[in-house]
Amino acid sequence: MRNLPELMPPQKTQSDEIKGAVHTNIAHESAVRHVTGKALYTDDRIAPADSLHAYVGLASCSRGKVKNMDLSAVRAAPGVVDVVTLADVPGHTDIGPVFPGDPIFVDQEVQFYGQPLFAVAAHSHDAARKAVRLAQIDYQELDADITIEQGLESQSFVRPSHTQARGDIDAALLTSNRNLEGSLQIGGQEQMYLEGQISLAIPDEEGGITLFTSNQNPTEVQKLVAEVLNVSINKVTVDMRRMGGAFGGKETNANQWAVIAALLAQRTGRSVKIRLSRADDITATGKRHHFRNDYKVGFDDQGVINGLAMELSAGCGFSPDLSDAIVDRAMFHSDNAYFLPAAKITGHRVKTNTVSNTAFRGFGGPQGMVAIEGIVDDIARAVGRDPLDVRKDNLYCAQGNRDTTHYGQTIERHILPGLIDQLEQSSNYRQRREAITAFNKENSVLKKGIALTPLKFGISFTVQHLNQAGALIHVYTDGSIQLNHGGTEMGQGLFTKVAQVVATVLQVDIDTILPTSTRTDKVPNTSPTAASSGTDLNGMAAKNAAETIKQRLVDFATEHFQVDATDVRFHNNRIYTSEQHSISFSELVQAAYSHRISLSATGYYRTPKIHYDRASASGRPFFYFANGAAVAEVLVDCLTGEYKVSRVDILQDVGDSINPALDIGQIEGAFIQGMGWLTTEELVWGEDGRLQTNTPASYKIPAIGDTPEIFNVALLENSPNVEATIFHSKAVGEPPLMLGISVWSALRDAIASIANYDLSPVLDTPATPERVLRAITQLQQSKNTDSKADSKAPSKHIDNSMDIDHA
Amino acid sequence: MLEFLLNGVPQKVNHCDPNSTLLDHLRTQLNQNGTKEGCASGDCGACTVAVGEISNEVDSETGDQADNSNEDNIHYKSVNACITLLANLHGKHVITVEGLANGEQLHPSQQAMIDCHGSQCGFCTPGFVMSMFVLERNHDSPPNRHEISEALGGNLCRCTGYRPIIDATVQMFDPQLSPSKDRFSEQQSQWLTQLRTMNKEDHVRLVHNDKKYFAPTHLEDLAELMLRHPNARLVAGGTDLALEFTQFLREIDTLIYTGRVADLKRVETTDNELSIGAAATYSEFSPALLAFYPDARELIERIGSRQIRNQGTLGGNIGNASPIGDMPPLLIAMNAQLVLRCGDATRTIAVEDYFVGYKKTLLHASEFIEKIIIPKPAKNSVFRAYKISKRYEDDISASCGAFSLTLKDNRVSGVRIAFGGMAEIPKRALHCEQALLQQPLSSDNIANAARAMSNDYQPISDFRASSEYRLKVSQNMLTRLHLELTHPENEHATRVINHA
Repeated sequence: MRNLPELMPPQKTQSDEIKGAVHTNIAHESAVRHVTGKALYTDDRIAPADSLHAYVGLASCSRGKVKNMDLSAVRAAPGVVDVVTLADVPGHTDIGPVFPGDPIFVDQEVQFYGQPLFAVAAHSHDAARKAVRLAQIDYQELDADITIEQGLESQSFVRPSHTQARGDIDAALLTSNRNLEGSLQIGGQEQMYLEGQISLAIPDEEGGITLFTSNQNPTEVQKLVAEVLNVSINKVTVDMRRMGGAFGGKETNANQWAVIAALLAQRTGRSVKIRLSRADDITATGKRHHFRNDYKVGFDDQGVINGLAMELSAGCGFSPDLSDAIVDRAMFHSDNAYFLPAAKITGHRVKTNTVSNTAFRGFGGPQGMVAIEGIVDDIARAVGRDPLDVRKDNLYCAQGNRDTTHYGQTIERHILPGLIDQLEQSSNYRQRREAITAFNKENSVLKKGIALTPLKFGISFTVQHLNQAGALIHVYTDGSIQLNHGGTEMGQGLFTKVAQVVATVLQVDIDTILPTSTRTDKVPNTSPTAASSGTDLNGMAAKNAAETIKQRLVDFATEHFQVDATDVRFHNNRIYTSEQHSISFSELVQAAYSHRISLSATGYYRTPKIHYDRASASGRPFFYFANGAAVAEVLVDCLTGEYKVSRVDILQDVGDSINPALDIGQIEGAFIQGMGWLTTEELVWGEDGRLQTNTPASYKIPAIGDTPEIFNVALLENSPNVEATIFHSKAVGEPPLMLGISVWSALRDAIASIANYDLSPVLDTPATPERVLRAITQLQQSKNTDSKADSKAPSKHIDNSMDIDHA
Repeated sequence: MLEFLLNGVPQKVNHCDPNSTLLDHLRTQLNQNGTKEGCASGDCGACTVAVGEISNEVDSETGDQADNSNEDNIHYKSVNACITLLANLHGKHVITVEGLANGEQLHPSQQAMIDCHGSQCGFCTPGFVMSMFVLERNHDSPPNRHEISEALGGNLCRCTGYRPIIDATVQMFDPQLSPSKDRFSEQQSQWLTQLRTMNKEDHVRLVHNDKKYFAPTHLEDLAELMLRHPNARLVAGGTDLALEFTQFLREIDTLIYTGRVADLKRVETTDNELSIGAAATYSEFSPALLAFYPDARELIERIGSRQIRNQGTLGGNIGNASPIGDMPPLLIAMNAQLVLRCGDATRTIAVEDYFVGYKKTLLHASEFIEKIIIPKPAKNSVFRAYKISKRYEDDISASCGAFSLTLKDNRVSGVRIAFGGMAEIPKRALHCEQALLQQPLSSDNIANAARAMSNDYQPISDFRASSEYRLKVSQNMLTRLHLELTHPENEHATRVINHA
């Protein structure tokens, strides 16, 4: 540029600090755009003229050979321009993210009810949807495994089983004074992001594609599109500004639709948009894995665990997807916060002819954790103690060599004992426990329950190479800044927090920083925004980039103003070279530009310290742990099984929070999502393998009335992360979801009151009113028939036929 | 031709598919993309917009309208744009999220959402803001928690856990957030004039390729159209019918809209009975119904969501003959009658006789429901209605039971019990009733009656509930009823929802 822009006179502010520094409650960077409807999601962008709309034809059997696929009526349907099947794919036909197994379209044999068989491109979304229904498909149906039990029976797995073990588990169980065994069925969960799966592919020169997509992993979809189209990666550009929610459901499961849009765009030379209807989205994309966990636990008369043997069997669906890592994480969290002197944790990746299950906030951790929390509750009732006391006695602690996990990582910081004490006090747990016991004695129809459950969640991708990030910062000559990094914004406030980091480093108001779309041509080779790592990784990379620019400006100022580098100070939008002399940030930027100083920089970060040897199942897979605890109180109607959550108190350790308001938002949202997983959100497959709960009319996520009327959420104070994380904060995205376990625990507590807390109810999840009433009925019957002497759970195995609809 | 106002700007639509929805029109024809599609089935609320209609002041106690046109105003209600037929908007004022701010000045609902950190991913936010806008216009003071749940229960948010949205809904009543100019009041008279002109048209019709749409204003014209088009589908709120377009991709050739027929919107109360026009929405008829049957409140507030109750009609809920509709069991227990019309002829039948099989009714071709007559509850009678579902708000019943008992000398002198979700039609529990009739309300008799219920119903198992649960929870409703009647002072101890 020949002329520099005219600078606005600096705005006089009262504040002595920049706006939007770290540790302040700045609003989400898109908040104004959200409330005015001006935030653009992929479907809101004005597509190029003559864009086509794609849709997929879905299989209508759960397993079968495709004998004949007659698409002539589809091709002849009004508005149809192109039809593709697997045979039309020029490059790779499999888009499995880690292991093969995910064909773009059915490869001869249908693997689940709803698997895409083919796709069409038509003049309108409506025309495309109507056309795909005209396909004539003949199947030779084959035996299908729908449930975990059927898959286990067939010994059918998507990946080999794996064990983490320590000590002599058989001896530990044999020598324990007390033993319990049981089995818990844990339901899956649909992500139910409000914005469904969508991609817009725009063809470019040289067979290239520019892709707008709602996707947590722009780099991966870039690579897959290149492989499928058989072009080099540099010809594919992915742009991802924001998602309308993702929760793991767009970590790998957004790729297929992007690839299909790109394929049709390449073939037709026209832009192609694909947007799934809600019912097809829920049918054809993966969910949180459902699990069946079988366990034996040995403990002493005080309820202290000697050994735990647990077999986790995850319903993975038809392909590996991310199931290896998800089941590993479930195994890593089978201890939750408790020391297991001897342990044998085995994870089975069961193959079923259902949609391939995938990432969902917590990534297997919740399914490991809910089992051990149920076990600790059962132990407490078996030894006749308050579950909170038994929890405390089993916590990892520094004394007595009780500080290493069953996979060999040492717990270096014991935050939970103090955190739990603090929450116990602030929630009045003991007084409320007494009041609840009294209430339950007086009331026969309504019963109250309370539970405090802790949380220890490992932070880092367990796949080591994913723990890296990049950033790119441009400073322009008016002092405005563009901020870009590899992380994606899905509502969690990542863009806001990273902008706070850059604002703090450069000491400029956050309004001057524009976070821009995550783009593969700005920051390449990025990791998915997942594993709660978004701010830890990208915040550090952006800090690194900002510091590079800052250093250049310091060097320039040192020379230009003939001062020592130590005299140059960035503060509140100004750069001070002495107590008396300062210039504005934008003035310095212009001077630096005029003196040919680069105002653009990349940044990079990789997580230190982590290592893990899967063969020996030992190492330090996690950089650090996130901790928290929740107390939930519930009220249960013993006539109907209906219940409500009347009060929740949460204390969460987020280190030195970069933005307490956003962190509290993550905690509350995750808690309610975890509560939904364990209460109202029920996935039901028919015997034919068709998912019957595939709309928000049949699959019920929490509504506004489900939020507890008393909902106290606090951040643990004075607890900076001792690891060198971004401004000593801690990850917050996933961990609090598992605090929802307190609700399930409280429901069991309320039900147990029927049998004077001597027996433990069997309550598989989700704990719908129906399951709650069944647990109540079972306990009432056990109370009548059982003598009190046997403290084992009333029935070890529950008839699980309810999970499958026989209607 | 259709005419309506969109954010104060007159819209004329000469050609449109009568099967198309408001949401599709906004997003694909006008590029007004602030209104989002989350489900296209009216279950998530992301597409919520406000629809304003000319209104007299409505007496909230009786539902009677003051007949004074000087009192006209524009009454706004929240609806789901995804299941609102575009054609049904003739003569109405649609406000979308793009129309709330006055220049740079945000509406209090918007500012409060920002201040309370009420948006995360932001996709549900426009819908929430619109539901909040309507709440703000129709309330003078901050709503309580129950009112917030009732108004926003049809808006799903997957990110926040709702706490900040609840806070924002209270905070938007902070006078400091009030805009200096309220254009919705300032421009009302101008908009009223425009809407009145549009509403002078008595015969709105659309013809598009082979599809036809009629929106008559007089009962006689409606009857005549039904005779001329025996295969036409009636559309009232369209909250169920629109799913045929958005979910099942069907096309309907001839649609006749009932929402402009004044006679079908009428709600009248006499000393002995309540008459509800078939096209009166839940929001319109429920004040009058609740004046008769205050104990039906919880159930009515749990039918669909506020958006659905603003559009759905009593005639529609009966007319589509779903076995899981919540109003038919209530109406059967209340011994309500239907007035059916075909041309000039009318006949009256009991609601309980109307349903003859799964989605089959006594209705003849060209015949339609004109109104529903609900008798006043008898002296010494009690009424209760219970709904069981996985989620408290906006869920479909696993079982919905309605109980009407008359007690004389501590004996049951009259009884009508009906259930939805328990059979292929909404159905009376005749064996159960028989076990109670002329008996005192003792625990033993209640247990007998509950046992008898297993002769009344053999419910199905589906994804909402198993057969066993449906039956058991329905039997237990009798126990609950008994507890409530015998321990009225202790009623709160029997219900989770009422418990403080």
